[in-house]
Parts: sequence; C-alpha cells; structure tokens
Amino acid sequence: MYAQLVESGKAETSEQDVAFQKRIDDGIRIEPKDWMPEGYRKTLIRQIGQHAHSEIVGQLPEGNWITRAPTLQRKAILLAKVQDEAGHGLYLYCAAETLGISRDEMTEQLLAGKAKYSSIFNYPTLTWADIGAIGWLVDGAAIMNQVPLQRCSYGPYSRAMIRICKEESFHQRQGFDIMRALVEGTEDQKAMAQDALNRWWWPSLMMFGPSDKDSVHSEQSMRWGIKQNTNDELRQKFVDQTVPQAEWLGLTVPDSELSWNEEKGGYDFGEPDWNEFMEVIKGNGPCNRERLEARQKAWDDGAWFREGLMAHAEKQSAPIAAE
Amino acid sequence: MSKEWPLWEVFIRGQHGLSHRHVGSLHAPDAEMAMKNARDVYTRRNEGVSIWVVESAKITASNPDEAGAMFEPSESKVYRHPTFFDIPKEVGAM
Ligand SMILES: [Fe+2]
Ligand SMILES: [Fe+2]
Repeated sequence: MYAQLVESGKAETSEQDVAFQKRIDDGIRIEPKDWMPEGYRKTLIRQIGQHAHSEIVGQLPEGNWITRAPTLQRKAILLAKVQDEAGHGLYLYCAAETLGISRDEMTEQLLAGKAKYSSIFNYPTLTWADIGAIGWLVDGAAIMNQVPLQRCSYGPYSRAMIRICKEESFHQRQGFDIMRALVEGTEDQKAMAQDALNRWWWPSLMMFGPSDKDSVHSEQSMRWGIKQNTNDELRQKFVDQTVPQAEWLGLTVPDSELSWNEEKGGYDFGEPDWNEFMEVIKGNGPCNRERLEARQKAWDDGAWFREGLMAHAEKQSAPIAAE
Repeated sequence: MSKEWPLWEVFIRGQHGLSHRHVGSLHAPDAEMAMKNARDVYTRRNEGVSIWVVESAKITASNPDEAGAMFEPSESKVYRHPTFFDIPKEVGAM
C-alpha cells in the first residue's frame, strides 16, 4: 500500500514488553510519551514516513494535469484534491515526528533514496483519463487500506488516518466521475478511459504489497496492531468492489483470468507482475528519477524561503536592546 | 543544514459553544504563519469557527510513567461522587 514493504523490528520479551503487548491486546492506544519497544517505534517511523512521502510524491502525477484540465470546474476540483494530498502528507509527518524523528530528517531520507514511497506514483499520467483512473483506482485502493488503519494502536497515526479517511471519498468519487463523463462521451473518449484502466489496473493491485506468503514483515506488525489486514485480504476486497464498477462503466478489466467464484463469494484474478513491482521499488520504474528530481528541486528552491522566514521570526522575537 | 521551523499545536473550536480541541500540529516560523498554515491544513471543510496555535515547546505535559501517583487522589476519594451517598427514596430528587 502506501507503505508496501515496511521492515518491522523484532519483539523482545522483557517485563515491559509483556505489559506493552497486553496494553495493545486490551485495545488501549499508545501515545507519544508512553514507553514502547524500539522495534515498534522504528516500524512506525518507517511506515508513517513512507505513507507521508507517498501523499507528497503522489501530488506530482496529478499536478501534471492541473493546467490542462478540460474545464475550469474540473481544474478547481483537481486543485482541491491535490491540496488535500498535501494536507495528508503534513498530518502524517507530524504523526511520525511524535516518535522522535524530525521533518528534515524524513525529507533527507526521501531525497537520498533511503525512504520509500508507494510504487504507484512512479507511473506517468499520459492522458486526462489517467486522472480519472487515479482517483477511482488509486484513491480507491488507498481507502481500502486506510480505513482499518484508523484503528491502529498508535494514537497519533490513528487520529491522522481518521482525518484522512474523511477526505478520501471525495477523491475517489471525482475520479469515477471523470471516467463516467469519458465513457458517456465519444468513441475516442471511451477508448481513452479503457486505455487508462489498462495501464493503471495492475499497478493498483500492486499497491497492496506482495502476497502474504512472501511478506516477511506482516506478522509482527499485526501483533502490534500496526496492521489489521493482510495484503491479500485487502487486494481481494478491492477487486471485488471495483470489478462491478468497471462493468457499470462498460469498461473491461485487463485480466484474462478474472472470473466470479461463487464458492468463495469473490473474484478469482491473475497475479500482478511482481518482478515489475520489485524493479519499480528499487528505483527503476518509468518515473522514479523524475519524481525525486521534482522533490529535490522543490526542497532546494524553497530553502531561501524557509531560512528567510526563520531569520525574520528570530529578529522579531529578539529582545529590543535598551536605548 | 538550516534550522527547522518550530512545531506548533493547533486547537480548533468546532462550533460556537464548544471548547477548543487539539486537532494536530504543524511547522511555522512564527505565530502569524502558524495561524495561516493551521487554516489551510486543518480547516478546509468548515471544521471550525476559531483557531488557537501554541508553540509545542511551551506546553508542559504530565508524565505518563507517573500517571498512577498523579491521579491517585482522584481515584481514592469516592465520596466526591453523588452516588456515594444513600438518599432515601421518600426524600425525592436530590
Ligand atoms: Fe491522501
Ligand atoms: Fe486521496
């Protein structure tokens, strides 16, 4: 998901650890100043950091179409949507900071390639229909993952997720609405919507991370209440919810293995290309370089502003010398 | 590396008649910018009618490790609750 491959620390079994685990099992939230195992702290910093970076980097593919939105209303809506994503990044950075890492440290880790962000944002937005597909599929997949995170054992993360979830359904609906307008338009417009679905379907399924049998970090995170569902459970839920929507739109999901399984009450579907996923995570996706360059440029170009305002604030608050 | 903008805590009064409630934090160089950022980050959908911003460093918080001793006086004085007293039914509402 927005945190697809988070390494989780090992739990130890001191008396404190046992009391900590009991607190989690009792459903009592952990707050910043409470004692916590180092592994719990580190896992959360990595996961919330990845999530925050995903919100921020995620603005780039959509930002690409703000100036070219087909109408003024679509432009205003997209601007509001992208602004929300900036807000999501800020809520999450603040939640991570309560664990003892600074905002600047997190930014530096991102720019140095040490901190990851979701693989999905390394794909290009080639047409306006991609903006529809992102809202519908990418925000849709994000919601699937974020709803259970509202119950995360760490208070600040859980509260940030509650705020975020309140804002997400607008994102998914505006995307679906773009797709709907396209499929109800000309043949070319409908073909554009189909092309976007073809390109975004598999990367959207990859957002949930590798299959549970290959996901080494899941178990401890589940025990700590950082993760509530397995990757495969969420992926299945997403497919079951989205396929009928694609059918309603009159679009074809690009998976020849897709079929309804009456027995399990869900769809059977094909495997995403996990080699592609690993390559994108490693930095070899179509837009990895471009995305990091854009973040680096924003960081460098904003330096004079950050420093200037700080210098001004310090000058204003300095005691006035006696005359 | 330059100095990071300090952290501020944001409190919002959701509706007239309610108290301000902590909603989150943000970074800003001074109070004026903290207020502007708080508006943009925390009130994009009519979440409030009033905002307070306080520099996080100025807040003194109780220590969770001492919570037991800290709140003991309130736990041990059961007579502070009206249910401690037995009032005969015939006396009526009290
Ligand atoms: Fe978001
Ligand atoms: Fe979103």
